[in-house]
This record gives sequence, C-alpha cells and structure tokens, in this order.
Amino acid sequence: MADPLLKVSGLNAWYGESHILHGVDFEVGKGELVTLLGRNGAGKTTTLKAIMGIVGKRTGQIRFEGQELAGSTSDIIARAGIAYCPEERGIFSSLNVEENLMLPPVVKPGGVTVEEIYTLFPNLLERRRSQGTKLSGGEQQMLAIGRILRTGASMLLLDEPTEGLAPVIVQRIGEVIRQLKTRGFTVLLVEQNFRFAATIADRHYIVEDGRVVDMVVAADVERSIDKLHDYLGV
Amino acid sequence: MSTRNVGFLLLAVALVAPWVAYPVFLMTALCFALFACAFNLLIGYAGLMSFGHAMFFGLAGYVCGHAIKVWGWPPELAMLGGALAAGALGVVTGALAIRRQGIYFAMITLAFSQMVYFFCLQAPFTGGEDGLQGIPRSPMLGGLLPVHNDMVLYYVVLAIFLFGFGAIYRIIHSPFGQVLKAIRENEQRAVSLGYNADRYKLVAFILSATLAGLAGSLKAVVMQFATLTDVTAAMSGEVVLMALVGGIGTIFGPVVGAVIIITMQNYLAATGEWVLVIQGVIFVAIVLAFRKGIVGEIADRWRAYSAGSRK
Repeated sequence: MADPLLKVSGLNAWYGESHILHGVDFEVGKGELVTLLGRNGAGKTTTLKAIMGIVGKRTGQIRFEGQELAGSTSDIIARAGIAYCPEERGIFSSLNVEENLMLPPVVKPGGVTVEEIYTLFPNLLERRRSQGTKLSGGEQQMLAIGRILRTGASMLLLDEPTEGLAPVIVQRIGEVIRQLKTRGFTVLLVEQNFRFAATIADRHYIVEDGRVVDMVVAADVERSIDKLHDYLGV
Repeated sequence: MSTRNVGFLLLAVALVAPWVAYPVFLMTALCFALFACAFNLLIGYAGLMSFGHAMFFGLAGYVCGHAIKVWGWPPELAMLGGALAAGALGVVTGALAIRRQGIYFAMITLAFSQMVYFFCLQAPFTGGEDGLQGIPRSPMLGGLLPVHNDMVLYYVVLAIFLFGFGAIYRIIHSPFGQVLKAIRENEQRAVSLGYNADRYKLVAFILSATLAGLAGSLKAVVMQFATLTDVTAAMSGEVVLMALVGGIGTIFGPVVGAVIIITMQNYLAATGEWVLVIQGVIFVAIVLAFRKGIVGEIADRWRAYSAGSRK
C-alpha cells in the first residue's frame, strides 16, 4: 500500500495498571473495509478506543492522512475526521432521535445529509421525535451509525455493530455498511460475528493478546478457513 | 398542558400579583427565582453542582450598589456592571473548578466563595459587617422610569427576570444546550464526537455566574442594601435547596422552589430560628418523597396521565 489513510504502529495501551495492547501494527487504505477479528479480550475494542484517545494511557504512532494523532485528545481526533461508534452505542437518552443525529459537530464538508440518513434507515424517520431511551436495540444501532455519518468524517470505526441484533437487522446493517463503502467511506470494523464480517470486508486482521498476529485478504478466506477457525476458536 | 401554557399562566399571575401581595416581597421572590434558575442552568443541564454560587449573587450586589451609591451610575448600568463582575469572577473560578468533577468541583467552588466572603468582609467599599446601606433608587432610563415607586419597580424587576429566564430557556434549547446535556449524560462519548467538554462547561459556568450576578444586582436595587448574608455559604446552600424543592433540570422548578422558600421565610419569620428547622424538614421530605422536586413530579404524573388518556 503506497499511502495508507490510517497507519497504526507500535500502539500500546493501558487501563490503569493493566497493559492491554502490546504494540499493535496495521494500516487501512483509503476506501477499504478492514476488520479486526479475535477472541474476547484480545484487544480489538481497546484498539479502537486507543485510536480515539479514550484509554487511560497510550504510546506508539497513529498517522491519519499524514497527521500524527497519538498525542491528541479525542475531540481533536474526532475533528481530524475519524468517527467512532462504540459497542454500547452511546445514544443520549435525554435527546430525541433527531437531536441525537444533529448533535455531532460537522468537522469536514461532504458528510451525509439528514435526509440521506433517513433514506438509509427509514425506521429513524418514523421515530425522529422519540427519546433516545425508547428505541429498540436495532434502532439504537442505526442511530449510532447514522449520527456519525453527518460529520463529514472519512474514516468510521465501528465496534460490533451487529451484536445482539435480530438477523434481519444484521442484514440491513450489512447492506448499509456496503453502501457506505461504495460512497467512499473507509471503515475499520471490529466483529465477533465472522460470518457477517467475511461477507463485507476487504481484509481481516487477527488480533491476539494485544498484538496483530496475522492478516488475511478476502480472496484467501476460503483457503485460510482452518487457520481462522483456529485463531477465533470457533 | 404544554410548557408554553404553564408559562402564560404563570405570567398572568405575575402581572396581577402586585395588586394582591406586597410588591417588595414579590420582587425579592423574583430575584431569588432568577438566582435559582441561573444555578439550575449549571446543575440541571451541565451536571455541575456548585456550592459557591452565593459569591456571584452577593458580589454582584456589592458592585451594583457601589456603582449606584458612590459612582452615581444609573441602576440599569450598575446592574449590568454587577452581572459582568460576577461573570468575570466566573471566568477565573470556573477555569479552575471545571478541571474536577463531583464533590471536588463542589469543594473548589465552596472554597472560592469563602474567599469572596472574607474579601467582602474586609474590603473597604462593602461596609464590612454593616453592609452597604442606603443605595438610592435613582430613576432608570434617564428618568423615564421612576423606580422609587414600588409598583413601577416591580414591573421593571419582572421584565428583567423574564429577560434572564428567557435567556436561560434559549440556552437550554439551543444546540449549545444539547451539547451540555450530552456532556452531562456521557462526557466521554460527547468528547469522542468532537466536543471539547471543558470549554462547554466553562461557558455554562460563566453564563450561570453572570445571570446569578444579574439576580444579585437586582436584589441590591430592590432592597437598597447589599449585605454579607448574600455572600455566605448558607446562601449557596439556600439556592441548592430552592432548585431541589422545585425540581432540578426542569424549566419552572427553580422558580417554584424559590417562591416557596421565600414565602416560608417571609410568613414564618415570626417563629424565628424555627424557619430553618421547617426548611430542613421540607428538604428531607422532598429528597425522600419527591426525588425530582415538585415540578419534576407533577410533570411526570401529567405525562403519565396524558399518555394513559390517549390510549
């Protein structure tokens, strides 16, 4: 890859005394859809949080569009054009759907408009005046993804967007992620659901014990399936 | 019944009130209502519990009174000066206090307010224990408003209160207010969406301080004196009580709370220290029985009732 959009090297992260990431290295090219796979506790979510700067302490390099972000606070990182959708979704319960959508600041031009978000997720349009707490899990996930699209961020970090959702909604989210890719978004996806990830990703990184131990491109998934099952313990 | 209808109803009551009740009492209640609303902006919408808000209220009173009495400023300008002085104090104290959260934030604001208290006790222009007395009610707007008349002053106070209340309403319902609510709810998430939480908290703190200062200035004009009572820790506690009784994080709660507390103090004054005991009992009862305050509980019941009747 000549010039990756995001290049993470030697990333270490700590929660208090516990050392979670021990030198994570990977890169994501512009317009790529890359997943981080691995067992529970391997450090996938922590990698996303470390990129966003919301872990206790981190060292290493995070280069995004040629800009070094490892020393920046999360609000600066968000404004550089990286948007994060956490596993717990983080919907603000005192705001309604539309207010949640409008809350994130526009950091760059070229974001998805609210109308387009409603086209992607028609459920949200119906529930635009509902409080954040009154949504179903699937609707919350749609809102959590939808609201980071408006900001103009070019890189999306999605943490287990399909967790705990009905198959039909998982399918819908998969379609949306594919559409986002065709629109030029770069996506870094953390997933437990390998079957879901395999259908949409260009490449997979395997995370184990706080390190990236392997990389599989989509074309090789069939051939490497035994190795992947070994890594993921499924 | 919507918030707007409740607002119109309260406004109608406020417009006829001086013909029924003693105007100076009503004006005092309005000053404290504005003070409690300013405090509520900070705790109810930014989630910051200040234990030193009397410093803004009290100091602004001194500044406003001094400007009228010694410098001969017209009251409207002096009130602006008092509010801005409180805002400036808010910049300094807020910048340091918002670095901490919860009880530490409360303690830092308490410490600052104690400093301001001792400053006011010692500074030559405050009159120390005697307070700043005999602030003249000079006419406002170049003689257009003869505010030495209580009825005229009442409507001026009501207008200023409505201005402050309206400003707070606008702030809460602006995009800025939504970011504040988001920070209160989940600061980390708000920050990782790209907001500098500390900057938003500081702006909220300064706005709250300025409006508390406006309330304090108004009180100095109404009562024609400024005293140490308004800078004490007890006054900081009283505004917490007003907001709690009425309902923290509700629009009208602090107004209702302030009116109840001031009415009690006024009508139970003959019982002496018993006022404090009764206040304490009410405080305990509210905290135990109505966690959301009077207005908060009523709003909840009303919502449940109208949701039920719609079915």
